[in-house]
Amino acid sequence: MKEAREAVPNGAAGAAILAACLGCFALGVLAMAGDGSKAVARLLPFYGPTGPLSGVSTVAILIWLASWFGWNHTWKGKQIALGKVSVVAFVLLALGLLLTFPPFEDLLLGK
Amino acid sequence: MQITLRDLVTMIHGMLFGGLFLMACFGVVVLPHRSLATGESAILTQAGRGRERLYLIAMVLLGWAAVLSGAYLVYPWYRAAVPAGVMDLGAYPQRLLMSDPRTAGWHTLGMEWKEHVAWMAPMLMTTVAWVMMKYQGTGEEHRRVRAVVTALAVVAFLAAGIAGEFGALLDKHAPVEGGRVITLRQDAR
Repeated sequence: MKEAREAVPNGAAGAAILAACLGCFALGVLAMAGDGSKAVARLLPFYGPTGPLSGVSTVAILIWLASWFGWNHTWKGKQIALGKVSVVAFVLLALGLLLTFPPFEDLLLGK
Repeated sequence: MQITLRDLVTMIHGMLFGGLFLMACFGVVVLPHRSLATGESAILTQAGRGRERLYLIAMVLLGWAAVLSGAYLVYPWYRAAVPAGVMDLGAYPQRLLMSDPRTAGWHTLGMEWKEHVAWMAPMLMTTVAWVMMKYQGTGEEHRRVRAVVTALAVVAFLAAGIAGEFGALLDKHAPVEGGRVITLRQDAR
Protein backbone atom coordinates (compact mmCIF):
# COMPACT_ATOMS: atom_id res chain seq x y z
CA MET A 1 0.00 0.00 0.00
CA LYS A 2 2.82 2.35 0.98
CA GLU A 3 4.72 1.53 -2.22
CA ALA A 4 1.68 2.35 -4.31
CA ARG A 5 1.34 5.70 -2.56
CA GLU A 6 5.02 6.53 -3.07
CA ALA A 7 4.49 6.07 -6.78
CA VAL A 8 2.38 9.27 -6.84
CA PRO A 9 4.80 11.66 -8.57
CA ASN A 10 5.44 15.16 -7.25
CA GLY A 11 6.07 16.76 -10.66
CA ALA A 12 2.62 18.30 -10.99
CA ALA A 13 2.94 19.92 -7.55
CA GLY A 14 6.39 21.29 -8.43
CA ALA A 15 5.06 22.73 -11.68
CA ALA A 16 2.17 24.48 -9.93
CA ILE A 17 4.37 25.86 -7.13
CA LEU A 18 7.11 27.17 -9.42
CA ALA A 19 4.61 28.72 -11.83
CA ALA A 20 2.73 30.57 -9.07
CA CYS A 21 5.96 32.02 -7.72
CA LEU A 22 7.08 33.01 -11.23
CA GLY A 23 3.73 34.76 -11.66
CA CYS A 24 4.32 36.70 -8.43
CA PHE A 25 7.82 37.62 -9.56
CA ALA A 26 6.44 38.79 -12.93
CA LEU A 27 3.90 40.91 -11.05
CA GLY A 28 6.69 42.61 -9.11
CA VAL A 29 8.84 43.19 -12.21
CA LEU A 30 5.91 44.59 -14.21
CA ALA A 31 4.81 46.83 -11.33
CA MET A 32 8.31 48.28 -11.12
CA ALA A 33 8.66 48.55 -14.90
CA GLY A 34 5.34 50.39 -15.10
CA ASP A 35 6.46 52.77 -12.40
CA GLY A 36 9.95 53.34 -13.77
CA SER A 37 9.36 53.59 -17.50
CA LYS A 38 6.85 55.85 -19.19
CA ALA A 39 7.01 53.70 -22.34
CA VAL A 40 6.02 50.58 -20.38
CA ALA A 41 3.40 52.51 -18.42
CA ARG A 42 1.75 53.53 -21.70
CA LEU A 43 1.42 49.87 -22.76
CA LEU A 44 -0.09 48.62 -19.50
CA PRO A 45 -3.54 50.20 -19.21
CA PHE A 46 -5.55 47.37 -20.79
CA TYR A 47 -8.65 48.84 -19.17
CA GLY A 48 -8.53 52.63 -18.96
CA PRO A 49 -10.33 53.27 -15.66
CA THR A 50 -8.07 50.79 -13.82
CA GLY A 51 -4.92 52.12 -15.48
CA PRO A 52 -1.57 50.26 -15.58
CA LEU A 53 -2.70 47.84 -12.84
CA SER A 54 -4.96 46.12 -15.40
CA GLY A 55 -1.99 45.31 -17.64
CA VAL A 56 0.37 44.42 -14.80
CA SER A 57 -2.07 41.91 -13.31
CA THR A 58 -3.27 40.48 -16.64
CA VAL A 59 0.24 39.87 -17.99
CA ALA A 60 1.37 38.38 -14.66
CA ILE A 61 -1.63 36.01 -14.68
CA LEU A 62 -0.90 35.00 -18.28
CA ILE A 63 2.76 34.29 -17.40
CA TRP A 64 1.61 32.27 -14.37
CA LEU A 65 -0.90 30.19 -16.34
CA ALA A 66 1.34 29.68 -19.39
CA SER A 67 4.31 28.58 -17.26
CA TRP A 68 2.05 26.31 -15.20
CA PHE A 69 0.77 24.70 -18.39
CA GLY A 70 4.31 24.32 -19.75
CA TRP A 71 5.92 22.90 -16.62
CA ASN A 72 2.94 20.69 -15.91
CA HIS A 73 3.24 19.28 -19.42
CA THR A 74 6.95 18.56 -18.84
CA TRP A 75 6.87 17.30 -15.23
CA LYS A 76 3.45 15.67 -14.94
CA GLY A 77 3.88 12.03 -14.02
CA LYS A 78 7.54 12.53 -13.07
CA GLN A 79 9.36 12.63 -9.76
CA ILE A 80 11.35 15.88 -9.54
CA ALA A 81 13.82 17.41 -7.05
CA LEU A 82 11.14 19.32 -5.19
CA GLY A 83 13.64 20.78 -2.73
CA LYS A 84 15.58 22.56 -5.47
CA VAL A 85 12.42 23.64 -7.28
CA SER A 86 11.04 25.05 -4.01
CA VAL A 87 14.22 27.04 -3.34
CA VAL A 88 14.02 28.65 -6.78
CA ALA A 89 10.27 29.23 -6.32
CA PHE A 90 10.68 30.95 -2.95
CA VAL A 91 13.54 33.13 -4.20
CA LEU A 92 11.24 34.28 -7.03
CA LEU A 93 8.39 34.83 -4.58
CA ALA A 94 10.57 36.84 -2.18
CA LEU A 95 11.84 39.00 -5.05
CA GLY A 96 8.29 39.50 -6.28
CA LEU A 97 7.16 40.59 -2.82
CA LEU A 98 10.12 42.95 -2.46
CA LEU A 99 9.51 44.52 -5.87
CA THR A 100 5.92 45.36 -4.99
CA PHE A 101 7.03 47.12 -1.78
CA PRO A 102 7.14 50.81 -2.79
CA PRO A 103 10.20 51.88 -0.72
CA PHE A 104 12.27 49.02 -2.20
CA GLU A 105 11.00 49.77 -5.69
CA ASP A 106 11.86 53.46 -5.27
CA LEU A 107 15.33 52.49 -4.06
CA LEU A 108 15.95 50.42 -7.20
CA LEU A 109 14.55 53.14 -9.44
CA GLY A 110 16.65 55.78 -7.69
CA LYS A 111 13.64 57.90 -6.74
CA MET B 1 -31.48 53.79 6.25
CA GLN B 2 -29.47 54.47 3.12
CA ILE B 3 -26.18 53.56 1.52
CA THR B 4 -24.52 54.79 -1.67
CA LEU B 5 -23.78 52.36 -4.47
CA ARG B 6 -20.01 52.90 -4.13
CA ASP B 7 -20.18 52.31 -0.39
CA LEU B 8 -22.08 49.08 -0.95
CA VAL B 9 -19.73 47.76 -3.65
CA THR B 10 -16.67 48.68 -1.53
CA MET B 11 -18.19 46.85 1.43
CA ILE B 12 -18.92 43.75 -0.66
CA HIS B 13 -15.36 43.84 -2.05
CA GLY B 14 -13.63 44.28 1.29
CA MET B 15 -15.82 42.79 3.97
CA LEU B 16 -17.60 40.03 2.09
CA PHE B 17 -15.10 38.78 -0.50
CA GLY B 18 -11.88 39.99 1.14
CA GLY B 19 -12.84 39.23 4.73
CA LEU B 20 -14.14 35.74 4.01
CA PHE B 21 -11.12 35.01 1.80
CA LEU B 22 -8.78 35.99 4.63
CA MET B 23 -10.61 33.74 7.08
CA ALA B 24 -10.61 30.86 4.59
CA CYS B 25 -6.86 31.35 4.02
CA PHE B 26 -6.24 31.07 7.74
CA GLY B 27 -8.11 27.77 7.79
CA VAL B 28 -5.92 26.45 4.98
CA VAL B 29 -2.77 27.57 6.83
CA VAL B 30 -3.84 25.74 9.98
CA LEU B 31 -4.98 22.45 8.38
CA PRO B 32 -1.74 21.24 6.74
CA HIS B 33 0.35 22.76 9.55
CA ARG B 34 -1.54 20.64 12.05
CA SER B 35 -0.93 17.44 10.11
CA LEU B 36 2.75 18.37 9.71
CA ALA B 37 3.13 19.11 13.39
CA THR B 38 1.47 15.92 14.54
CA GLY B 39 3.02 13.65 11.93
CA GLU B 40 -0.39 12.39 10.98
CA SER B 41 -2.26 12.94 7.78
CA ALA B 42 -5.98 13.29 8.15
CA ILE B 43 -7.91 10.35 6.77
CA LEU B 44 -11.08 11.79 5.35
CA THR B 45 -14.18 9.96 4.26
CA GLN B 46 -15.40 10.39 0.68
CA ALA B 47 -17.94 12.95 1.90
CA GLY B 48 -15.24 14.74 3.91
CA ARG B 49 -13.02 14.98 0.85
CA GLY B 50 -15.91 16.39 -1.12
CA ARG B 51 -16.59 19.06 1.49
CA GLU B 52 -12.88 19.92 1.68
CA ARG B 53 -12.79 20.40 -2.10
CA LEU B 54 -15.86 22.62 -1.88
CA TYR B 55 -14.17 24.71 0.83
CA LEU B 56 -11.02 25.11 -1.27
CA ILE B 57 -12.97 26.04 -4.41
CA ALA B 58 -15.07 28.58 -2.47
CA MET B 59 -11.90 30.09 -1.01
CA VAL B 60 -10.33 30.47 -4.46
CA LEU B 61 -13.49 32.04 -5.89
CA LEU B 62 -13.66 34.50 -2.97
CA GLY B 63 -10.02 35.48 -3.57
CA TRP B 64 -10.56 36.17 -7.23
CA ALA B 65 -13.85 37.96 -6.55
CA ALA B 66 -12.02 40.21 -4.07
CA VAL B 67 -9.19 41.24 -6.42
CA LEU B 68 -11.36 41.54 -9.53
CA SER B 69 -14.06 43.62 -7.81
CA GLY B 70 -11.31 45.72 -6.22
CA ALA B 71 -9.37 46.36 -9.42
CA TYR B 72 -12.27 46.79 -11.83
CA LEU B 73 -15.05 48.31 -9.70
CA VAL B 74 -13.64 50.09 -6.63
CA TYR B 75 -10.18 51.13 -7.84
CA PRO B 76 -11.48 53.18 -10.83
CA TRP B 77 -13.62 55.21 -8.38
CA TYR B 78 -10.62 55.60 -6.08
CA ARG B 79 -8.26 56.89 -8.79
CA ALA B 80 -10.78 58.89 -10.86
CA ALA B 81 -9.42 62.15 -12.28
CA VAL B 82 -10.82 65.35 -10.88
CA PRO B 83 -12.77 67.31 -13.52
CA ALA B 84 -11.68 70.89 -14.07
CA GLY B 85 -13.28 73.33 -11.67
CA VAL B 86 -14.13 70.77 -8.99
CA MET B 87 -12.83 71.91 -5.61
CA ASP B 88 -14.40 69.31 -3.32
CA LEU B 89 -12.18 66.22 -3.47
CA GLY B 90 -14.52 64.07 -1.37
CA ALA B 91 -15.48 61.91 -4.36
CA TYR B 92 -11.84 61.51 -5.49
CA PRO B 93 -10.06 59.59 -2.69
CA GLN B 94 -6.63 59.34 -4.34
CA ARG B 95 -6.54 63.07 -5.08
CA LEU B 96 -7.83 63.82 -1.60
CA LEU B 97 -5.02 61.81 0.02
CA MET B 98 -2.36 63.30 -2.27
CA SER B 99 -3.51 66.84 -1.61
CA ASP B 100 -2.10 66.75 1.93
CA PRO B 101 1.48 65.65 2.78
CA ARG B 102 0.15 64.19 6.04
CA THR B 103 -2.08 61.75 4.17
CA ALA B 104 -0.14 61.25 0.90
CA GLY B 105 1.65 58.20 2.33
CA TRP B 106 -1.62 56.32 2.52
CA HIS B 107 -1.57 56.36 -1.26
CA THR B 108 2.16 56.25 -2.08
CA LEU B 109 2.84 53.40 0.33
CA GLY B 110 -0.56 51.95 1.23
CA MET B 111 -2.42 51.81 -2.05
CA GLU B 112 0.69 51.39 -4.22
CA TRP B 113 1.63 48.28 -2.21
CA LYS B 114 -1.89 46.96 -1.73
CA GLU B 115 -2.91 47.17 -5.38
CA HIS B 116 -0.08 44.85 -6.43
CA VAL B 117 0.52 42.54 -3.48
CA ALA B 118 -3.20 41.70 -3.35
CA TRP B 119 -2.98 39.80 -6.67
CA MET B 120 -0.43 37.40 -5.23
CA ALA B 121 -2.90 36.02 -2.70
CA PRO B 122 -5.40 34.42 -5.13
CA MET B 123 -2.61 33.24 -7.45
CA LEU B 124 -0.88 31.48 -4.57
CA MET B 125 -4.08 30.18 -2.99
CA THR B 126 -5.30 28.80 -6.34
CA THR B 127 -2.06 26.83 -6.47
CA VAL B 128 -2.39 25.76 -2.84
CA ALA B 129 -5.97 24.59 -3.40
CA TRP B 130 -5.10 22.77 -6.62
CA VAL B 131 -2.15 20.94 -5.05
CA MET B 132 -4.18 20.07 -1.94
CA MET B 133 -6.95 18.60 -4.11
CA LYS B 134 -4.54 16.81 -6.44
CA TYR B 135 -2.62 15.24 -3.55
CA GLN B 136 -5.63 14.79 -1.27
CA GLY B 137 -5.29 11.63 0.75
CA THR B 138 -1.81 10.73 -0.53
CA GLY B 139 -0.50 10.54 3.03
CA GLU B 140 2.98 10.86 4.45
CA GLU B 141 4.96 10.40 1.23
CA HIS B 142 4.11 13.94 0.16
CA ARG B 143 5.09 15.56 3.41
CA ARG B 144 7.46 17.92 1.60
CA VAL B 145 4.72 18.94 -0.84
CA ARG B 146 2.46 19.74 2.12
CA ALA B 147 5.23 21.74 3.82
CA VAL B 148 5.86 23.85 0.70
CA VAL B 149 2.14 24.37 0.17
CA THR B 150 1.72 25.45 3.80
CA ALA B 151 4.51 28.00 3.34
CA LEU B 152 2.79 29.34 0.20
CA ALA B 153 -0.49 29.59 2.10
CA VAL B 154 1.25 31.60 4.85
CA VAL B 155 2.65 34.04 2.27
CA ALA B 156 -0.76 34.31 0.59
CA PHE B 157 -2.38 34.94 3.96
CA LEU B 158 0.14 37.71 4.71
CA ALA B 159 -0.35 39.26 1.25
CA ALA B 160 -4.13 39.20 1.70
CA GLY B 161 -3.71 40.62 5.21
CA ILE B 162 -1.56 43.52 3.99
CA ALA B 163 -4.07 44.27 1.24
CA GLY B 164 -7.03 44.01 3.59
CA GLU B 165 -5.48 46.10 6.35
CA PHE B 166 -4.42 48.89 4.00
CA GLY B 167 -7.80 48.72 2.29
CA ALA B 168 -9.57 49.28 5.61
CA LEU B 169 -7.21 52.10 6.62
CA LEU B 170 -7.47 53.79 3.24
CA ASP B 171 -11.23 53.64 3.40
CA LYS B 172 -11.07 55.22 6.85
CA HIS B 173 -8.97 58.16 5.64
CA ALA B 174 -10.54 58.67 2.21
CA PRO B 175 -13.63 56.50 1.71
CA VAL B 176 -14.85 55.54 -1.71
CA GLU B 177 -18.40 56.79 -1.69
CA GLY B 178 -21.00 58.39 -3.91
CA GLY B 179 -23.15 57.26 -6.78
CA ARG B 180 -26.77 56.22 -6.60
CA VAL B 181 -28.35 56.25 -3.15
CA ILE B 182 -29.89 52.92 -2.18
CA THR B 183 -32.61 52.99 0.45
CA LEU B 184 -32.42 49.87 2.58
CA ARG B 185 -35.24 50.77 4.94
CA GLN B 186 -37.71 53.65 5.01
CA ASP B 187 -37.83 55.57 8.28
CA ALA B 188 -41.35 55.34 9.74
CA ARG B 189 -41.34 59.04 10.66
